Amino acid sequence: MAKDYSTLRLLREGLRGHTGWQPAWRDAEPKGDYDALVIGGGGHGLATAYYLAKNHGLKRIALVEKGWLGGGNTGRNTTAIRSNYFYPESVALYDFALKLYEGLSRDLNYNIMFSQRGLAVVAHSEAEMEMAARIVNAMQINGTDAELLSREQVLEKAPLLNQSDRARYPIYGGIWQGRAGTARHDAVAWGYARGASTLGVDIIQNCEVTGFLVEQGRCVGVETSRGTIRAGVTGMAVAGHSGVLAGLAGFRLPIRSFALQAMVSEPVKPCLDTVLLYMGTGTYLSQSDKGELVIGGGLDRVLSYGQRGNPPLQEQVISGMLEMFPSFGQLKLLRQWAGIVDVVPDSSPIIGPSPLPGLFINGGWGTGGFKAIPAGGWLLAHLMATGEHHEISRPFDLSRFTTGRLIDEAAGSAIAH
Amino acid sequence: MQRFPCPFCGLRDETEFHYGGEAGNDRPEPAAEVSDQGWAEYLHIETNPKGRSREIWVHMTCGEFFLLERDTVTHEVFASESLRRAAP
Ligand SMILES: Cc1cc2nc3c(=O)[nH]c(=O)nc-3n(C[C@H](O)[C@H](O)[C@H](O)COP(=O)(O)OP(=O)(O)OC[C@H]3O[C@@H](n4cnc5c(N)ncnc54)[C@H](O)[C@@H]3O)c2cc1C
Ligand SMILES: [Zn+2]
Repeated sequence: MAKDYSTLRLLREGLRGHTGWQPAWRDAEPKGDYDALVIGGGGHGLATAYYLAKNHGLKRIALVEKGWLGGGNTGRNTTAIRSNYFYPESVALYDFALKLYEGLSRDLNYNIMFSQRGLAVVAHSEAEMEMAARIVNAMQINGTDAELLSREQVLEKAPLLNQSDRARYPIYGGIWQGRAGTARHDAVAWGYARGASTLGVDIIQNCEVTGFLVEQGRCVGVETSRGTIRAGVTGMAVAGHSGVLAGLAGFRLPIRSFALQAMVSEPVKPCLDTVLLYMGTGTYLSQSDKGELVIGGGLDRVLSYGQRGNPPLQEQVISGMLEMFPSFGQLKLLRQWAGIVDVVPDSSPIIGPSPLPGLFINGGWGTGGFKAIPAGGWLLAHLMATGEHHEISRPFDLSRFTTGRLIDEAAGSAIAH
Repeated sequence: MQRFPCPFCGLRDETEFHYGGEAGNDRPEPAAEVSDQGWAEYLHIETNPKGRSREIWVHMTCGEFFLLERDTVTHEVFASESLRRAAP
């Protein structure tokens, strides 16, 4: 059982040369049989395991991860957290996540470094200002915080922005969500892992699911690289590999896998204290606590499972950044990487029962599921424990592709990440 | 920058191409008899293979539609084949 982290303990350990710290979670060996099994050790899977134990009191839970915890998109993303979506269903989902994030460090007794530094989306024409006003109105009606910013207000928040009248994307104003921000991605994975492990969850790394056990038409467990594991109920949260797992389970999904890349600059002194996105360039930036500028943009255009990212998109993202912050042209890039994201036609996640009874899905978060981790885990846990949708997850059921009731955020808010 | 082979133009930059969909996802007929599930399969559902994949692409600069066989992990291209029929 992990001891609580506190200032007092930090002090004590400091005096004892830090020899008393224990690993934050148990690296468990697989047992043959569990009540609930979660596939995928990213944020969504780990949060699912945590809430299965915490909210539903399940005792025999395992989580299997083919690599290491947080080695997928959870450890590769640019950590923007926000709920500036257009449709009521989406705001209900993402604002639920944002609220959980607001209390998460305390709930997990683990500092996830959630910094509500606000997020500005900059508009570049009168027409885009109308779009911005429409989204701000929708957000307010849906009950989350949003403000329309003037040009002056945008420049007050980010004075290094390109102020030239000859800019290709001049600043007209923008959308502001003050409760948005960033969190430390690894800490979210590790905090949930520690919380789950403390509540008795077996976290099993280096354990790849290679097949599903099906008896009388129902999923009763999985085959893995470390043997067979039986389970009363199974949930999967494998992001870009959703299609591969679906293939193993004998069904297909409305998901395409793409590489999404990001990069960081060398660390510099504090110069950007919000998250900033340009509608025009699609490039967005924030500054990490270490001082690196964290830079991201759109998807690579070629469907891919190659976790690296192609040069044309990198060039586009960087030229976008130079348009926004000409002075950042002096910076050197330190690292560039990519994750494989699970893109759905309406840019909304899929949460619900799969076509194989006994197997539930949490996926399709595409370019923007880090912000949703607490909610995604909460809702998948609810489904697995009760067999029923939570009111917030119901609209995101797989059946919407048959009924046609899509939640088209690509069209509604036109913002990724 | 990767280069893809257009059957008409030869090797061109990847940015000149647009992905059309998975090969073999033919429009179900007759339309009046297609179930909702059938339309969902046709419009939205994907195999999304990891590894060897057969895809329809268009070379936007010349308008050629073609079948591209490639690997979705390594991005290696195996073959490209025009979808045009010979003129009568
Ligand atoms: C570059 C980039 C920038 C992003 N920026 C943002 C952002 O700013 N804000 C935001 O909200 N979102 C962002 N995202 C999206 C976000 O990272 C993801 O939506 C989110 O992390 C998904 O979490 P997950 O737990 O579902 O997936 P992952 O963290 O990818 O976890 C899935 C896990 O499943 C495991 N797995 C796969 N197959 C198997 C198998 N057969 N057996 C066992 N385990 C398996 C994988 O190894 C992986 O660890 C970004 C993504 C990328 C790549
Ligand atoms: Zn051509």
